[in-house]
Amino acid sequence: MAKFKSSSSKELKPLNTASLPDIVFMLLFFFMISVSFRQTETVVTVKLPEATEIAKLDRKDLASYINIGTPLTTYQSQYGTDARIQLNDAFSNIDDIRDFIAASRESMSEADRPFMTVALKVDENVRMGIVTDVKQELRRCSALRIMYSTRRKAEKTYF
Amino acid sequence: MAKPAGEINAGSMADIAFLLLIFFLVTTTMDVETGIQRRLPPMPDENQKQEVEQINKRNIMVVLINQSDRLFAGGQEMHITMLKDKVKEFIVNPADLPDLPEKRERNIEDFGPIMVSRAVVSLQNDRGTSYDAYIQVQNELVKAFNEVRDEFGMQHFGKKYNSLDEDQQRIVREAVPMNLSEREPREVGTRRRRR
Repeated sequence: MAKFKSSSSKELKPLNTASLPDIVFMLLFFFMISVSFRQTETVVTVKLPEATEIAKLDRKDLASYINIGTPLTTYQSQYGTDARIQLNDAFSNIDDIRDFIAASRESMSEADRPFMTVALKVDENVRMGIVTDVKQELRRCSALRIMYSTRRKAEKTYF
Repeated sequence: MAKPAGEINAGSMADIAFLLLIFFLVTTTMDVETGIQRRLPPMPDENQKQEVEQINKRNIMVVLINQSDRLFAGGQEMHITMLKDKVKEFIVNPADLPDLPEKRERNIEDFGPIMVSRAVVSLQNDRGTSYDAYIQVQNELVKAFNEVRDEFGMQHFGKKYNSLDEDQQRIVREAVPMNLSEREPREVGTRRRRR
């Protein structure tokens, strides 16, 4: 065994880690550029339905989100288990949508306003009644570009 | 004479960078927003007298989803897997049947005259319909239109709709318009308290 021991290196040099920070910073910058911050804390549970004919939302900054679903278990004692609307961080009702849309319009630049998209994140078990109400309210506010957020469906084979 | 400055120990630099990295990983989302994009019709003006556009009965297909998520399309109950083909047949009307939509010649810029189907699919749902069923039906309807567009693209340009350039896409869009309307929800004795 001793045969293999090279005579030249008496002691193993410590690994040079000087470039490690560079690598990590590179990763860091990649993530900083490619991700967006979580805008809001969700207070309702939303399990999106699946669909195949989906399109990507090109400009995330032009989207405002309306979540509809049953309140999280921690809020259920206060708000019950019926489907509720969430705007920004709080439970809201239909009449708050007008202000919400106005506020989101206000925060966008003049040129971008016509391209504002309202993404509806609705739980798959919610009844259409509340969704219809929201859609009608959006029509009244002339926020006509909407997107039904869905998950990509895994290709299924029927047989 | 000042002593030559020693090297700064950068050993903990990696730790700091890792800390930042992990912070960003935790606080951010990377999922792309996907979904079915639609345009709502503008609210009809109350002051304006509403002109109801008469649509010929043969040009309209009513798709109904009731409160127990059962689907009726074109006057018969069907399973969701059958809906797409039914709608496609309705839009295209390949045999020019008298009870399927009529076609009207239209002159499309850069393309020339072509017979454009006047089909309208009208989707109607109940307040008790589940959102999942509604999305599944929306999905099938959009898929039907997309497939007709793909077929049109293959036939005239040899490519599917998504691989065409912008001008060609416009032509396909005009040749196969997506007339998907949603019926005004009926006010069923409830609500609309407006302050």
